[in-house]
Amino acid sequence: MSNILANMKQLFINPVLDKEYRLRMRSAKSMWTLLSYLLAIGLFATATFFIVGIESNGAGIYTNDFNEILFIVMSFAQLGLIAFMAPGLTAGVISGEREKQTLNLLLTTQQSSSSIIISKLVSSLSFMFLIVFSTLPIYGIVFLYGGVSPSQLLAVFGFFLFNMLIFGGFGILFSTLFKRTMLAVIVTYGIVLFMFAGTGVIFLICFTAIQEYIYNGSNNTPAYVEWIIHILAFNPACALLSIFEPEIFKEIVNRTTTTQKGFYDYIPMWLEYMLIYTVILVICLWQAIRKLRPTRGSSKRGL
Amino acid sequence: MSIEQEQEQLMIEIKGLSKSFGNFQALKGIDLSIKKGTVFGFVGPNGAGKSTTMSILATLMIPTSGYAKVDGLDVTEHPHLVRKKIGYMPDFFGVYDQLKTDEYLHFYGASYGLTKPERDALIPQLLELVNLSDKREAYVDSLSRGMKQRLCLARSLVHDPELLILDEPASGLDPRARIEMREILKELKSMGKTIIISSHILPELAEMVDEIGVIEHGEMIAVGNISNIQQQLMAKRLITIKLANGQDQLKVFLGDHSLVQGMFVDGASVQVQFSGNDEEQANLLRSIIEAGYPVVSFHEAQTDLEDIFLAITRGGASEQ
Repeated sequence: MSNILANMKQLFINPVLDKEYRLRMRSAKSMWTLLSYLLAIGLFATATFFIVGIESNGAGIYTNDFNEILFIVMSFAQLGLIAFMAPGLTAGVISGEREKQTLNLLLTTQQSSSSIIISKLVSSLSFMFLIVFSTLPIYGIVFLYGGVSPSQLLAVFGFFLFNMLIFGGFGILFSTLFKRTMLAVIVTYGIVLFMFAGTGVIFLICFTAIQEYIYNGSNNTPAYVEWIIHILAFNPACALLSIFEPEIFKEIVNRTTTTQKGFYDYIPMWLEYMLIYTVILVICLWQAIRKLRPTRGSSKRGL
Repeated sequence: MSIEQEQEQLMIEIKGLSKSFGNFQALKGIDLSIKKGTVFGFVGPNGAGKSTTMSILATLMIPTSGYAKVDGLDVTEHPHLVRKKIGYMPDFFGVYDQLKTDEYLHFYGASYGLTKPERDALIPQLLELVNLSDKREAYVDSLSRGMKQRLCLARSLVHDPELLILDEPASGLDPRARIEMREILKELKSMGKTIIISSHILPELAEMVDEIGVIEHGEMIAVGNISNIQQQLMAKRLITIKLANGQDQLKVFLGDHSLVQGMFVDGASVQVQFSGNDEEQANLLRSIIEAGYPVVSFHEAQTDLEDIFLAITRGGASEQ
């Protein structure tokens, strides 16, 4: 029995992961990060609780609608905090080892590149998951008054986990590609910012251009402009919104298409988002694994 | 001995190895063969290409051209197999501060595929070898530089490699720590490990190496045992002849000798730069005695690894 357990442990907890867990949990920085995160989300939840409460009814009676709004606002805040934290936690995992001059020692061991990259990602994600999981009691406020189902909560936490993976995937790729952690962190934040703001701006530009085209006297109205909405499928905030309000995007699509049923009648936007970013994540991890050790193709890179 | 047998005895085989970083050519087609069980000293000034060669052998760099083999395995074709055979200690390295000495070695042991019972048996022995048994529970961060160097050496031995690649293992150490490091390396030599070691502390290197390779500007200038290289590179010998009297006369006497390249009087002695071999050196002594000079002593000044290094790095023996 103990042998089976030992083998299981060896299978799931490889040396790099084991080392990463030890290092992370022994660092005071981790505890401070956890505390700061809980304080931030706690303060935000309390503030929202009062502000939305006062706005919705002065009598202090909390309805289902109020709870739903509170849940949505808190989930968006959580997504924002994850987007803020994930690059910081992952963009230094390889470049940091390089800067500390421990990477070469690690690369001369029998650990495969994939094992190193995946272990680093899993370790960072585990810590992030711990942080997000520790916010569950704060979500308890929502359940006090009903209106949000546990399945909705699970779906949202699953979505958070997926986003951690995506942001982490970008972080680990740039950490492998760039020698300096600072550069890797900046580029990763840039990509995450683009996911949130850049895609929104591109959508608005395209949307405005097409509106102009339609309303400025042209009779040749484009019959099919549904594709514009798919720009928003690259945006994590929109994907999260589609979990709460799937009808919004269905309506927009139905207004811009000539067919009876729109794309989002078949696939919800959050699923489209997950499919797109799963492909991107696989590419990021594959590139990170490929670039970790020198290969014939990268002989000019040096170390 | 057949070529196959010769190759079987080789631990390292390097042919035409080149490495470029942009326009800078760090290695210019070096050739090198090191037999199993040899302790090989890598000598050269900073930036000569020692660390680059060692990094290629450690599978951390890909050569631009040529090849390097470890125990018959090409380092670029079979890096995973090569890593099993080598223990690498870089010139600069970091440690995981939050790990204890024991955990540090467990981590690397596990990374080389050693099981927990194997590591439990091995790690105390390794700590004893590097004199760190009493620091087993200490955090790596709290160790002195010398202790960290020894711990890194223990780390490179954790999977019992056949070849040790040690890049400046004694750099930055105080004399005591250097002596300790030297003693450990001697022990490893006695265990039959093949060791390739670079160092700037040449007298220490001379004491333990079987062969040296001198590299400069990415080119291997000389390879062999120290005395061979000495003969190869130090064409002129410096002979000190001490006389009871008549130093100036001896200077005139030797002035016409075809193999004497230069001389000067230094108190009771005459220093002679002589370009002949051992037999010609004996003939020189005979001719001086037969001419009636009162010779008190006649000896060749000993050249060591440092002299060779200096001679090479300042442009050869011509300046001697």
